[in-house]
Amino acid sequence: MTTTATTSDAVTSAPTSTGSTATRVLGAASLVGIALLVVFGVFVSPPDKELGETIRILYMHVPTVSVAYLAFVVTAVGSAMYLWKRTEFWDLLAASSAEIGVVFFGLTILNGMLWGKITWGVFWRWEPRLTTTAVLFLTYIGYLAVRAVPASPRTRGTRSAVVGLLAVVNIPIVHKAVDWWRGLHQERTIFGTLKPEIQGTQAFAAYLGLMVFLLLFAWLLIHRFRVAFLAERAAESGLEGAIAERRQEAGQ
Amino acid sequence: MAERTRAAAGAPTGTVRAVLADARLVAGKDLRLELRSRVGLSQVLPFALLVVLLFAFALDPDRRVLGAATPGLYWMVVLFSSVLAVGRTFAVEAEDGVLDGLRLSGLSPAGIYLGKVGALLVELLVLDLVLALAVVVFYGTEISGPVLLAAVVATATVGIAGAGGAYGGLTARMRGRDTLLPLLLLPLLAPVLIGGTRGVEVALGRDAGPGWPWVGLLGIFALVYLTLGTLMFRPLLEDA
Amino acid sequence: MSSTGYIVAAWLVTFGVTAGYSLWVVLRGRRLSQEVPPEQRRWMTAGSRGRE
Repeated sequence: MTTTATTSDAVTSAPTSTGSTATRVLGAASLVGIALLVVFGVFVSPPDKELGETIRILYMHVPTVSVAYLAFVVTAVGSAMYLWKRTEFWDLLAASSAEIGVVFFGLTILNGMLWGKITWGVFWRWEPRLTTTAVLFLTYIGYLAVRAVPASPRTRGTRSAVVGLLAVVNIPIVHKAVDWWRGLHQERTIFGTLKPEIQGTQAFAAYLGLMVFLLLFAWLLIHRFRVAFLAERAAESGLEGAIAERRQEAGQ
Repeated sequence: MAERTRAAAGAPTGTVRAVLADARLVAGKDLRLELRSRVGLSQVLPFALLVVLLFAFALDPDRRVLGAATPGLYWMVVLFSSVLAVGRTFAVEAEDGVLDGLRLSGLSPAGIYLGKVGALLVELLVLDLVLALAVVVFYGTEISGPVLLAAVVATATVGIAGAGGAYGGLTARMRGRDTLLPLLLLPLLAPVLIGGTRGVEVALGRDAGPGWPWVGLLGIFALVYLTLGTLMFRPLLEDA
Repeated sequence: MSSTGYIVAAWLVTFGVTAGYSLWVVLRGRRLSQEVPPEQRRWMTAGSRGRE
């Protein structure tokens, strides 16, 4: 832990939160984007010819699942980099990204179920993409469980980096397996009915949704990383404090 | 054992042959240990047979449900028994501090991993075989494609052993490993369950579809996790 | 519930959960900031690049 001259800036304006100019800009842009998305996704854009009103759920469903996959790729990159460089940054980045991915995966499943209730009349069918999402959701719950087990930073980092890499490799395999598995049972799927050329305000809402959730992901990732970094420092100073107390007790 | 370990440490390390020699050493040690303690034989195998019996109670055998569900049930029993077998293989190491001994023995981590997987594979194949016989006898199952069946079971089991070896090593020294191992391993093995079940359905003549693509998928799974496990076992051994 | 109800529910759940999670992260950051010495609060300035 070296305290260099550059830290004097940080000390004079010591941050009391995980916010910064960058996060405030990202946060404001996200809020504006969400407001616009609600306007266009819920009110302005017309219902789809085939999907009807249910397309309004897809304006969130598609971005959440895309961003979740992006988050897991970030986790995998962070995991690989941690095993190579062994620096705290990559470990905390991987962990922060995984948690956000799990949240977005949970939302994807909930949105998919609500979409299914309208389209199929039931909350759950073994639709390939929804099934894949459920399996991978549980896979990454396992990643978070490994991180929650108390251990030294290096041990915890190594364990979770291996899980992060084993899990990301499973994504295409699960996709393929589930696709073949459901191959004989063609039914109305979430993405199968989405035509590639949705137009006008529909296309605008779709792209806007993706942008909004990408901004949200960036905003959340910065905050979550800073929280993880603070948690490490707090654990260290807690440990140092405890050691100092013991020393005093021992009369040293 | 100690003598042989030293001999292996003195051998040129890093080459494929040295890694395989290490693997043979570790696999031999594990299998001898298993033969002497008989935990697998006296606990894991009876557990698997017990589940075969329990499934018959849960799904009435007279209403054809049991027969229709046989391939899936077979793999469920294999998966749960595998979790037990993996936990067992690594618990032995962690409890007696053998894992540290192995790390300091000069054996290559890849060799240790492949040895563990090899021993696990032998144990699981025995389990597969006994379970298959039990299913044929108790569920009245008829096999129409024995070659395909053997191929599906063998490749799926290599995949289970490969992934199990990696996660077994990962959780060996963890607090709460008994509950964490299934949480990590079972979602990862979902493709094996899918491929294994569909492949066996074809082999039993329940499903007309082609069976060999499933063997291909299971083979890719096995190859991927064997490769990853071999690469990851060094950091796991040193830091996990 | 009508299909409109489910669609409204989907929007409420999505942004409700996102808001709740965001709030949890931000508040945790504020609380932890108080526990950590000022010069160690940011990765950029705490010089942790080589830290393990």
